Amino acid sequence: MEGYMSTVVMEQRKKIHPHKFTLWVAIASISMMFAGLTSAYIVKESQANFLNFNLPLAFWYSTAAMIASSVTIWMAQKKFKNREMASYRKLITVTFILGLLFVALQVVGFRELYKNGLTLTTNVSVSFLYVIVFLHAAHVVGGVVALMVMFIKAFRTKTKSYNAVPVEVMGTYWHFVDFLWIYLLVFLLAVR
Amino acid sequence: MSTSAVLHNADVHTHDAHHEHHHHETFISKYVFSQDHKMISKQFLITGIIWAIIGGLFSVLFRLQLGYPDTTFPFLEDLLGHWAKGGKLQPEFYYALVTMHGTILVFFVLTAGLSGTFANFLIPLQIGARDMASPMLNMLSYWFFFLASIIMFASLFVQTGPASGGWTIYPPLSALGDASSGSKIGMDLWLVSMAMFIVSSLLGGLNYISTILNLRTKGMSMTRMPLTIWGLFFTAVLGVLSFPVLLSGAILLLFDRNLGTSFYLSDIYINGKILPNEGGSAILFQHLFWFLGHPEVYIILLPAMSMSSEIISVNSRKPIFGYMAMVGSMFAIAILAFLVWAHHMFVTGLNPFLGAFFVLLTLLIAVPSAIKVFNWLTTIWRGSLRFTPAMLFAIGFVSMFISGGLTGIFLGNSALDIHLHDTYFVVAHFHIVMGVASFFGMFAGVYHWFPKMYGRYLNNTMAYIHFWVTMVGAYLIFWPMHYQGFAGVPRRYYDFSMWESFNQFGGLNEFISFVAMIVFAVQLLFVFNFFYSIFKGRKVTTTNPWGANTLEWTTPIRPGHGNWPGEIPEVHRGAYDYGKDGREFILQTEPVGENESHH
Repeated sequence: MEGYMSTVVMEQRKKIHPHKFTLWVAIASISMMFAGLTSAYIVKESQANFLNFNLPLAFWYSTAAMIASSVTIWMAQKKFKNREMASYRKLITVTFILGLLFVALQVVGFRELYKNGLTLTTNVSVSFLYVIVFLHAAHVVGGVVALMVMFIKAFRTKTKSYNAVPVEVMGTYWHFVDFLWIYLLVFLLAVR
Repeated sequence: MSTSAVLHNADVHTHDAHHEHHHHETFISKYVFSQDHKMISKQFLITGIIWAIIGGLFSVLFRLQLGYPDTTFPFLEDLLGHWAKGGKLQPEFYYALVTMHGTILVFFVLTAGLSGTFANFLIPLQIGARDMASPMLNMLSYWFFFLASIIMFASLFVQTGPASGGWTIYPPLSALGDASSGSKIGMDLWLVSMAMFIVSSLLGGLNYISTILNLRTKGMSMTRMPLTIWGLFFTAVLGVLSFPVLLSGAILLLFDRNLGTSFYLSDIYINGKILPNEGGSAILFQHLFWFLGHPEVYIILLPAMSMSSEIISVNSRKPIFGYMAMVGSMFAIAILAFLVWAHHMFVTGLNPFLGAFFVLLTLLIAVPSAIKVFNWLTTIWRGSLRFTPAMLFAIGFVSMFISGGLTGIFLGNSALDIHLHDTYFVVAHFHIVMGVASFFGMFAGVYHWFPKMYGRYLNNTMAYIHFWVTMVGAYLIFWPMHYQGFAGVPRRYYDFSMWESFNQFGGLNEFISFVAMIVFAVQLLFVFNFFYSIFKGRKVTTTNPWGANTLEWTTPIRPGHGNWPGEIPEVHRGAYDYGKDGREFILQTEPVGENESHH
C-alpha cells in the first residue's frame, strides 16, 4: 500500500504531506481530550472538599528531561536533513533515553505522593492529578515506542531510508507531548 | 526480530511504486484484511446491517411488553431463557434491551454503519483519489469497529445481562457494580467496547479529513466538491473533536468503577450501606457525555443531509439551490453543535441564567436548518422529478427532518422542557429527527450507490414497498407518542398499566407496537433485497446509470483498487450543472465551453 501512497502523493498538488496533516488533526483530537479533563478539573475545583497539595519535586526534574528531549529531537531532525547519520543516531538515542527518563520520573513523583499519604482515592483533586498525569504519560510512552522504531531503523545498515516524513512526524508529535506537559504543569500550578 | 522484518518490508514498499502490479490478491487480502476503501466501506455497511437487525429486533421485543403488558408470550422464554420467565419480559432485561437498542443504533448503525460506509465509499471516488490518505489506518478503523462489535455482542450473553442503565450510561448506575444487574460485567464490556469504538471513529475521522483536504484531484477546489463530501467532512471534524471528550469521561468512569475514585460519586447509600465516596458529582459526567452527545446527533445527521442533497439534485435534474448556503449552513450547524450540550440538562439543577444562554444557542440551530429545508424544497420545485427509490427516501428524509425539527423548538425551550423532559415527547422527537431521518438518508444512499458498489441494481418493486410501508409506519409509530408525551407519560417505564392517568393509552401502545412489528418486517424485506441483489440483481450496463455529474460515475462499472484504470480525471466545474444550456447533465470532467452561460 505504501506504493500507492507514493504515487498518490505525486499525482496530487503537494502542499503538506497527508501523514503530517493527519498528525495535526490527531493533535487537535488529543488536545480535546485533555481540554475535557482540565475543564472537568476546574468544575470540581470550585466545589467544596477540594484538597490542595504541592506537586512532587520529581515532576520538576521530569519537566527538565522533557524539554531537553525536545531540543535533542529538534537537533536530530536537522542532522537527518543534512544526512549526518552518525550524529542523527546519537541524538535519537539520547531522545529515546530522555523519554524513558521522563516516564520513570513521573513514576517516582507518584511514589513521592503515595508516601505522603496522597493516594488515588484520598481526594478528587489527587485522583485528577493521577488520571491526567497517567494519560499524558501514556501518550509519551506511545512516542517512546515510535522512537524505538526510529532507533532500530537508524541502526539498520541494510536499508538506507532518506525519507524525512517519518522523522518530521515523529518530531512534531514529540514537541506536542512536551508542550502538552508544560500546559498541564502550568495548569496544575495555576488552579490551586 | 519481527519488528525489524516488518520495517524491512515497509521500506521495500516505499521504493517500489509498481508493487501493486505484482501483488497477488488472495481471498484474505481482498475480502477480509482489505485496504481498498470500497471493500472497507462494504464491510462497514454489512456489519451495520447486521447490527440494525439486532437493534431493531430489540425494539420489537420491548414494544411487545409496552403494547401487551398483560399477555404472556411463551416463545419469548424459548428465545431469551430466564430473561423472559413465564413468557414475560423481566424488568431488568427490558432495561437492558432499551439500553442496547439505543447504543447499537446510535453508535454501531448510524455512526459506524452510516459514515463508515459512505465516507469510505464516496470520499476517494468523488474527490478523485486512488484511495484514502492512509489505507492502513482505514483498515484498522474497521477492525477496531469489528472488535468493538464482538465485545458488545458478547455482552448480550453474560449471565447478568448487558448494560442496562440507558445508552447515556449515567453514573451512579454505571459506576457501581451493585446498582443493578446490568451494572456488573455487562457494563464493563460496554465500556471496553465503546473505547474500541472511539478508537475506530478517530482513526476513520483522521483519515477522512486528511483525504478530503489533501488528495483532491486537479481542479477539484473545495467549492467544487459535491455536498456529500462537505457533509462527511464536517461529520469527521465533529467526531475527531468530540469523541475524545467522551473518552476522557469514560476513563474517569472506569476509575470510579474499578479503582475507588470519586469523580462522579458522592454520598450514596446502597443496600442500606453508605459508600465512602465523597466529593464527586454525577452531573460532571453529564457535561462530559453531552459534549460528545450533542455533536453526535449531527455526526448522524450530516451524512444523511448531504447525501439527500446530492440525490435530490440528481433526480430533480436541477442544480442544488444555494450551494454555498448549503455549505455555510452545515458549517454553522457544526459550530453550534458544540455550544448546545447543556440543553440535555435543563432540569439537572442547571443555573437558569446559563439555561437561557443554551436556549438561545439551541434555537439558533433552526436558522441553518431552515435554510437547508428551503433549499431542498426549491431544488425540487419545478424540477423534472424522477421518483427512484433513492429519491423517495431523500424526500422522506426532508419530511422527517421538518417534523422532528419542529418539535426540537419545543424541547429547546427550557420552560417547556420542565414539563416535556423524559416523556415520550422526547422519544418521538429524537426518533423522528435523528433516528428515522438518518435511516432515510442511509437508505437513499444505499439505493443510489448500490449500482456503483456491486455493479447491480436493487429490485425496484421491493424498494417501493419498503419505502411506503416505512414512511407511513414511522409516522404511525412516532406521531402518537407526542400526545403521550404531552400527557406526561414518562419514557423508560416498564409497565404503565398500574397508573390510572396513563392507562388511557393502553390501546394506543398496542397499536404502536403492532405497527412497529410491520415496519420491522419490511426492513427484513430490504435486507433480503440487498443480499439477493448483490448476487442476482439486474446488471448495470452503463457507467452512469443516473446521469449524474460526479466523478464516481466516470470510473468503470466495477472499479478495481485504484478506482481509475488510467489517469485520474481532471475537474473543470462544480458538481451541479444539471439542465444547463438545454443539456440534461454535464460531467464535472467536461471543460467549460466558450459560450457557456453562467447559472
